[in-house]
Amino acid sequence: MAINVISPGLATSVQDLGRPGYYHLGIPISGGMDRYALRAANMLAGNDEAAAVLEAVFMGPELAFTQDATVAVTGADLPPKLDGEARESWTSFAVKAGQVLSFDYLKGGARAYIAVSGGIDVPLALGSRSTYTLGALGGLDGRNLLAGDVLPLGAGTAAAEGRSVPAKLRRLPGAQAELRAMPGLYWHRITEASGRRFFEDTWKVALEADRIGYRFRDGRPLEFVERTPPFGAGSDPSNIVDSCYPYGSIQVPGGTEPIVLHRDAVSGGGYFMVGTVISADMDFIGQLQPHTPTKFVSVDMAAALAARHDRQAMLNEIRAMLA
Amino acid sequence: MAKQQVISPLPGTFYRKSAPDQPSYKEEGDQVAVGETIGLVEVMKSFHEIKSDFAGTVTKFLIDNEDAVMAGQALVEIDG
Repeated sequence: MAINVISPGLATSVQDLGRPGYYHLGIPISGGMDRYALRAANMLAGNDEAAAVLEAVFMGPELAFTQDATVAVTGADLPPKLDGEARESWTSFAVKAGQVLSFDYLKGGARAYIAVSGGIDVPLALGSRSTYTLGALGGLDGRNLLAGDVLPLGAGTAAAEGRSVPAKLRRLPGAQAELRAMPGLYWHRITEASGRRFFEDTWKVALEADRIGYRFRDGRPLEFVERTPPFGAGSDPSNIVDSCYPYGSIQVPGGTEPIVLHRDAVSGGGYFMVGTVISADMDFIGQLQPHTPTKFVSVDMAAALAARHDRQAMLNEIRAMLA
Repeated sequence: MAKQQVISPLPGTFYRKSAPDQPSYKEEGDQVAVGETIGLVEVMKSFHEIKSDFAGTVTKFLIDNEDAVMAGQALVEIDG
């Protein structure tokens, strides 16, 4: 019993909470870009929070069910339709065998999470069902969905219909976005004035933004502090002696377009980083559409930890509500 | 004659030609057939062909070449 993929959408992949523990070996953490929405979708569908779901970006798939199930769609405002009839996002609904789930045009956000009771039961790869397409690892044959695919479902008890997450516990970007970041890492490589401009400028999400990294453009180029290049760094002032790249770190190749590394990022290399987006805002990045005006906001560790605590409290509210 | 609109299913940047040095897929006044490409939308390092769901005459492009487009936004008007 399973789901038949009639059309795959743009780049729909199987994701769970990710594959931590191998980043030092070059294997990224993967998993849903908006794990808050992913957890909520699972809880609504009656799954374990860590079950595998579908992550659809910008455009929904068309899925035919061969068994009864409970479905919940969270994250981006990508309105679900069951046999052509509208269904609510962030709310569980029942699907009968033979019915087709499809989606209307994206209204807001970027990535929708489609949880199905029982979870998407692809094999575990290094402890996770998440798809890492660059490495052809996990998910369904290590790739995004294709028309004709059959998605196996795990055994699960279908949750009741109509379970819902209230609007105040959903988080989607508006017309403009703010990303809180801690300056650091190789911050000393740019001048003080340039550092100020980095946080003053309004950047725009670039078309290249994807699961590997979110690229931004249209801010003023960075100005570097003069140096004698250390052995191995090369002559470009944005290059460093190869280093580890943290999840969320903001690298700026050539000093022109910042890239925030995300779930499928490479784990190391030779670009300097100006700092790191705080963990509480990483889910939010996955919901940014191309061209969204975005500002980086400088915060300190205390603010970052407080924001993390707030996010956790929101998640706990959902848990308490749906347990 | 009914006015129809071809909608972009994706957010991104709209292009009316396959490459900068190529002619536009369609000009206003041109005939278009069902399934014919009217432009491209670029997002996430790939280009997606936008095909017409209608046959008729292209009356108006609603989005200019290289302009930003949102999912669900009408790209072109077709009289058919």
